[in-house]
Amino acid sequence: MIIATLCGMGFGTSMMLKLFIDDILKAENIKAETTPWDLGSFKGNKADIVVAPVDMEPHLRDYPAKIVLVKNLVDKGEIKEKILRAIDELSHAEGGKTI
Amino acid sequence: MDLYELLVPEAIQAKQELADRTAVIQRAGELLAAAGAIEPGYASAMQRVMDELGPYCVIAPGIALLHARPEDGVLRSCLGLITLKTPVVFGHSTNDPVDLAFALGALDKQSHIRALAQLAEYLSQEGFLCGLREAATTDVLKEFIYSYSRA
Repeated sequence: MIIATLCGMGFGTSMMLKLFIDDILKAENIKAETTPWDLGSFKGNKADIVVAPVDMEPHLRDYPAKIVLVKNLVDKGEIKEKILRAIDELSHAEGGKTI
Repeated sequence: MDLYELLVPEAIQAKQELADRTAVIQRAGELLAAAGAIEPGYASAMQRVMDELGPYCVIAPGIALLHARPEDGVLRSCLGLITLKTPVVFGHSTNDPVDLAFALGALDKQSHIRALAQLAEYLSQEGFLCGLREAATTDVLKEFIYSYSRA
């Protein structure tokens, strides 16, 4: 499973998100690859789940992955709940919905 | 590089009164440029990023993490912080208004990551946010943030 985190440039916000998600996955013993993306170049890339700040939603319409939108990017509780739900739903093979 | 090494003391200011997000970005840029950490044009680049990509840089309620690209004039990895006396609207759908504005200059995509991870961790701690918001003067703010990030 590939989990991408998205921001404008691929090394600030998206990197913070990636680091939090790495911690969550490790604690939950879930194996997945996490990768930070930037808005300029992500469309050619493939991921199962894309995690992004809530205001980036317009950029992700029609993108073929499960989309997770986060409001508070330093709220580990929000990130954990949403990412685990997305992984769970994906494992039940029902992609394409926004959380 | 740890957070306390990324922080530029001359670019930390408490309880500033700034009119709007443009003024916040300009001030953050001026402070980092005066410290020799970025070129003066970096502020316009941060403004352009906000105009083009939207206010997603408001990463949490009241907290903005401003930055542009390494090639926009970063001379060394750096982080400034301005706290605002009167919170400023950035245009975010859920996290406005902003009273903590961080400005990051990244020299490349890697060297600041450890410090950024520490910042993200601290920002998830209520005690850190309270300390930043309660600091009434620049000296108190600097003292708090350095002692917190060295602890």
